[in-house]
Amino acid sequence: MGKINLKPNIKNNDEFYSKLIAAHEGLSEEESIEFNSRLILILSNQVGDPEILAEALEIAKRR
Amino acid sequence: MYQIFNTPLYKYQKSTDQDSKNLSHYRVLIIGAGPVGLSAAIDLAIQGVEVLVLDESDKVSNGSRAICVSKRALEISERLGVGKKMLDKGVIWNLGKVFFDNKKVYEFNLLPEDGHQYPAFINLQQYYVEEYLVSRIRELQEKGYSIEIRGGNKVEEVINEPDKVTLNINTMDGNYSLSCDWLIACDGPKSTVRSSLGLDFDGQIFEDNFLIADVTMDAEFPTERRFWFDPPFNKGQSALLHKQPDGVWRIDLQLGWDIDKETEKREENVIPRLKAMLGEEVNFKLEWVSIYTFQCMKMEKFKHGRILFAGDSAHQVSPFGARGANSGVQDVDNLCWKLKLVLEERAPVSLLDSYNFERVFAAEENIINSSRSTDFITPKSKISMAFRNAVLELSERYDFARPLVNSGRLSTPSTYDNSRLNSLDGMKNPTRSRVGAPCPDLPFNDDYLLNKTGNQFCVLTFNCKITETLEDFFLPVKTIEITEGDENKDFMRDRFLGQYKEAVYLLRPDQHIAGRWPSYDKEILLEALKKATGN
Ligand SMILES: Cc1cc2nc3c(=O)[nH]c(=O)nc-3n(C[C@H](O)[C@H](O)[C@H](O)COP(=O)(O)OP(=O)(O)OC[C@H]3O[C@@H](n4cnc5c(N)ncnc54)[C@H](O)[C@@H]3O)c2cc1C
Repeated sequence: MGKINLKPNIKNNDEFYSKLIAAHEGLSEEESIEFNSRLILILSNQVGDPEILAEALEIAKRR
Repeated sequence: MYQIFNTPLYKYQKSTDQDSKNLSHYRVLIIGAGPVGLSAAIDLAIQGVEVLVLDESDKVSNGSRAICVSKRALEISERLGVGKKMLDKGVIWNLGKVFFDNKKVYEFNLLPEDGHQYPAFINLQQYYVEEYLVSRIRELQEKGYSIEIRGGNKVEEVINEPDKVTLNINTMDGNYSLSCDWLIACDGPKSTVRSSLGLDFDGQIFEDNFLIADVTMDAEFPTERRFWFDPPFNKGQSALLHKQPDGVWRIDLQLGWDIDKETEKREENVIPRLKAMLGEEVNFKLEWVSIYTFQCMKMEKFKHGRILFAGDSAHQVSPFGARGANSGVQDVDNLCWKLKLVLEERAPVSLLDSYNFERVFAAEENIINSSRSTDFITPKSKISMAFRNAVLELSERYDFARPLVNSGRLSTPSTYDNSRLNSLDGMKNPTRSRVGAPCPDLPFNDDYLLNKTGNQFCVLTFNCKITETLEDFFLPVKTIEITEGDENKDFMRDRFLGQYKEAVYLLRPDQHIAGRWPSYDKEILLEALKKATGN
């Protein structure tokens, strides 16, 4: 992997995580999928760099 | 096998108070001889306050219960005179391994920071902690301190009056009454004091049912914490394995919501589960087993008139962060010096409101941490499960996901950022020792700083001196001069000086920082002392 940052980078992990989960509260599965799609697009725009985005896609594909 | 928890340590004895025609009056009574009540009693006694503890039982905690003792609780125990004994007996561990399904996803090391007397955690059975506290009380009694424990004294009713508290107590010789100026209710989760006042917990979060077992086994497992998410031997649930002294292992198996406790507790049901976890070939013996339903909840207020709630009577959390006993001991560490000053009329009664403020805040912090762990361990929805599993899968290969794995955030002390006892912070850094924070430890004169502060207010001077006397202060204040040397230089910068050449810190008797400044000014120090005592 080249450019992508895979070291911890989130400031307050637990707070972030609980906000992420809380954001899904009360959503149907369908709505959660839609929510995640919007979220990924917003964050991708923030990242911007096509190399990094390509790397992220690769990593997410691995199982 | 000899088990300390079957041995009476403070047997019922009839007291002269029971025959007396007049109602005997005490300044401070403590209900409950658990870790919290015992710590409070010792703290008050060594500060010269006469104290009596009442407990319905006469033995230490039945079975192991708490095992993880945090650094801050050890530092407090050091001040009470049992810290080293706990450290000597306890198991120190740093390595934690996290498993998901049938594979290890990663391991972490607590990486202890140098220059502290106590490690981040030790594992020690609760019954040992209580036994050490009781023998410390015996030692103080021999030295002539006014401290007493009465076993077989069950408090049945409590009356909270404006000028005193009256108790109705049941013993094998019948009932009697006592009164006191102040009552500390350390009578645990089912607190009679709480129900007697018609009070309840506010906000109750049900966590889950857990099978808790202590086993001894021949197999040599390393000294580490192992946590399993969704393991093959406990599908859809979690499991924890942890080492205690005397070759005893703690096993926590999550059981889920919908279970029959009595059925699950039977040996014929417990043994196969443990075999599946430990391996068929491992020989083990069950020392103790129980099923707990863990909950998160707290009282709205910990001070009600002349009654102060501390420990499990005031708040409860699930055990993943080891926050129960550890935070209870911090409650009374916070309370006892304030109560002493109020009793001596050196501080107004309103100082006790800061106990309520600071410790309710700490309990809220503990509950937030605990429920976040639970949400990660037991995801409540499909999407939450998907995120949880994604984190665990990614954590096997990628560092960034590891801090998101939450198998319990281990107890650290709260910083009382918004306490009214705080003076304006005179320094910009270091952040860790900002006003309201617990004072970090430091190697000092072949010993450690936190061993030197005693039970009173303390001024620490770093690279500077106070030449005048502080005798005209309204309270005894101890001064400790610390100069930069080879052994402590880096620690001092990192923990106390930050960008400054010199510094002056004011510590409360519970070693929390009440004020700090880059230089000494007598007027400012005096103001800070007044503020920290509610004067
Ligand atoms: C399985 C398990 C694991 C845990 N692990 C940890 C851990 O690793 N770390 C941690 O910090 N905490 C842990 N805890 C929590 C910890 O055990 C409690 O927080 C702790 O015992 C609270 O102490 P306490 O003194 O407030 O109350 P208790 O220990 O409950 O003591 C209350 C005392 O009051 C007495 N009493 C009650 N009612 C009356 C009455 N009416 N009259 C007179 N006396 C009365 C009782 O006899 C008892 O002695 C764990 C708990 C469990 C169950």
